[in-house]
Amino acid sequence: MSRRDAIIAEIPRLRRYARALTGRTDAADDLVQQTLERALEKWRFWQRERALRPWLFSIMHNLRIDTLRGEARIEYRDDETLPELAQRADQDDALELRDLDRALALLPIEQREILLLVGLEELSYADVARALNVPPGTVMSRLSRARARLKAILAGEATPQLKVVKS
Amino acid sequence: MNAPISEPDLHAYADGRLAGARLTQMETWLAAHPERRAEVDAWRRQSAQLHRAYDAVLNEAIPARLMPPANPPRWLESRSVAAMAWLMLGALIGYLSGTHPTQQDTPHAPAASLPRMAAVAHAVYTPEVRHPVEVGADQEAHLVAWLSKRLGTPLKPPHLDQAGYQLVGGRLLAGDSGEVAQFMYENADKTRLTLYIQPQAAQTTDTSFRYARENGIDVFYWVEDRYGYALSGNTGRDDMLGLATLVYRQIAER
Repeated sequence: MSRRDAIIAEIPRLRRYARALTGRTDAADDLVQQTLERALEKWRFWQRERALRPWLFSIMHNLRIDTLRGEARIEYRDDETLPELAQRADQDDALELRDLDRALALLPIEQREILLLVGLEELSYADVARALNVPPGTVMSRLSRARARLKAILAGEATPQLKVVKS
Repeated sequence: MNAPISEPDLHAYADGRLAGARLTQMETWLAAHPERRAEVDAWRRQSAQLHRAYDAVLNEAIPARLMPPANPPRWLESRSVAAMAWLMLGALIGYLSGTHPTQQDTPHAPAASLPRMAAVAHAVYTPEVRHPVEVGADQEAHLVAWLSKRLGTPLKPPHLDQAGYQLVGGRLLAGDSGEVAQFMYENADKTRLTLYIQPQAAQTTDTSFRYARENGIDVFYWVEDRYGYALSGNTGRDDMLGLATLVYRQIAER
């Protein structure tokens, strides 16, 4: 398997993560595309002993930070702009997914990242800490807050007071 | 002495990261603390919900704009002419097999991309801890019906119990030219094998066994009755040959 194939093998996961993180198909694929381009540019700096996957997630994280700078921190999406979800699902599932997607959008991005890298991508805590460039203790405390908050949102206990920010 | 249970320990337990004595200790502790048990269960439900919501993305075909270029100069480290030549050969094979979907396979050989695609799919899905398959072996009838319908042929996963491998389940993937099926097997040591089944574009007369090694993954592949089969694993060539023979026989006998 060539390096190109090794990278291609990671694309489905990068897309899954980006989709859950941004809630949008097009924005997610833009982020994945930028990540892959950056990975190609920086390929020489990738150390063989470091696993490819956390490295790619760290590139995506840094890109997202760059993109976020100067943009509104809180983004609120109304019903019309709620993401499409690629899913063979019956209606109940579709509603559940919609709720989940909305709930994720209400988490602070720092918490959402960690929740998804751990719960969805199943990265080790150490890899998450390296990918996001935060201390391991911060991973655990954010994970804890993210899970408590998601639970509250899904239970309808947290009704966030958000203003609509036009971007 | 046992260390006290901390919040990070609870998360590690919920995420399936504890093992051995620590795991046993945690389970005992949780039995005595039903409130924390409920909390941990809720976290696990969250993760399961995330997978239900987003795993479908894994099975989507990768958009063309995301595919890295087949042969950009940056990929070459130019360490040696031999390496160059090797890469160019790879690029040529990729060019011939991958970027021309209308091009038919030569009638006598399986598509060159079969072992490569199978190895990539193997590398993607075997490390999945909790969701390695879309439909589990516990719903084998449903799995068989579903994959057979999608691939347009009666499909039955071979059984490898005599070699110590149990069927984990299967999933549907986007291949080079349409949908492909992947069955996953696991033995008591949690070693996993995958069987990749792909409709072949052209009638193939050569059903002989072929072997390829793709980045540490051993792949045995062959064509039988318009379908390409590839068994991938990393238990070594000899072991894989025995397993592939088992699979081959079961498929040929149908």
